[in-house]
Amino acid sequence: MCGICGCGQTNTTAKLKPVLGQRQHLLKHDHSHHGHVRDHHSHNDNHSERLVKVEQDLLSKNNAYAAQNRTYFQQHHIFTLNLVSSPGAGKTTLLVETIKVLKDRFPIAVIEGDQQTERDADRIRATGVPALQINTGRACHLDAHGTGHAVMELGVKDYSLLAIENVGNLVCPSSFDLGEAHKVVVLSVTEGDDKPIKYPDMFHAADLMIINKTDLLPYVDFDEARCIQYARQVNPDIQIIQLSATKGDNFSAWTDWLVENLSPQ
Amino acid sequence: MHELSLLENVRGILEDHALKQNFRRVTKVTLEIGKLSCVEPEALRFGFDVVMKDSLAENAELIIAELAGLGVCRQCQQQIEMETLYDPCGYCGSSLVTVIQGSEMRIKDLIVI
Repeated sequence: MCGICGCGQTNTTAKLKPVLGQRQHLLKHDHSHHGHVRDHHSHNDNHSERLVKVEQDLLSKNNAYAAQNRTYFQQHHIFTLNLVSSPGAGKTTLLVETIKVLKDRFPIAVIEGDQQTERDADRIRATGVPALQINTGRACHLDAHGTGHAVMELGVKDYSLLAIENVGNLVCPSSFDLGEAHKVVVLSVTEGDDKPIKYPDMFHAADLMIINKTDLLPYVDFDEARCIQYARQVNPDIQIIQLSATKGDNFSAWTDWLVENLSPQ
Repeated sequence: MHELSLLENVRGILEDHALKQNFRRVTKVTLEIGKLSCVEPEALRFGFDVVMKDSLAENAELIIAELAGLGVCRQCQQQIEMETLYDPCGYCGSSLVTVIQGSEMRIKDLIVI
């Protein structure tokens, strides 16, 4: 049985299809029920219609799994970050460089979300840190149920930093809480400086924005001050770090932020 | 298209309520969607029939009630209506506005048999 959600799914694989997985539990249960409905509804219609109050969030199932994950992380002192960005902003490179600096200070584990391939997990494993790839298939985001199973399968150690690299997408992952301590949005200077107002949901949901690839600023038309102003317009509380993951410029601001937040409060 | 995932969640919630509240069929689903939430009502409408096919809510009517976006300015404490997450305060022009309503995505109620 799963140690986080208790769903009875024992044979977890890296290729989780979380949302579909949930549905399959229900569908098995419901097929006979559906047959029953069809037998009766032709002559039952309009006889006993009634109003049922629901008042439930569309994401309530995901949020319940996320709450279980969060409790697990707290009990095991696992500091979890959900890294989000558009494809190509440099999340994996940021993680690889972070691991090089910090892996001797505390255990680190990584969950990689992509629609297809093991490529990102392979890049992380090459640093000597355990990584699990979730291929979401058609889904454009990770969800809390699949994340919980990945945590169990990966065997994340107590007092770890757990980095979850979400599917590259600035829209959908904003809604799906995974149980993380913070969402970190990565924006590279090769993108537009107006991304925070073009995709406001993600910047509203994030606690930290990393402006990456600052070494390329001389070659691109990216106004850092304007980008920061837009981000604060969407989210007055957002923290901001500007760095270059490949060149190492200001990288310690990020690793210091991690160490500070990871230490027991 | 996370609207499809959201609709699969809706379907799961309906199935749970069908067991708990003893109904077999859903003929109408009313959702409340905040103006500042990240879902597109048209995409929900588009996906609804597809996701509900062969379920207890097949052919159900979908009603989407929009909730206005509301925020409170941190500078002047006025309440303002918001069209986007980055609207400045209409009274003092400050961009430090905290959203208090409009991010909701809820199933409000159902008509069931």
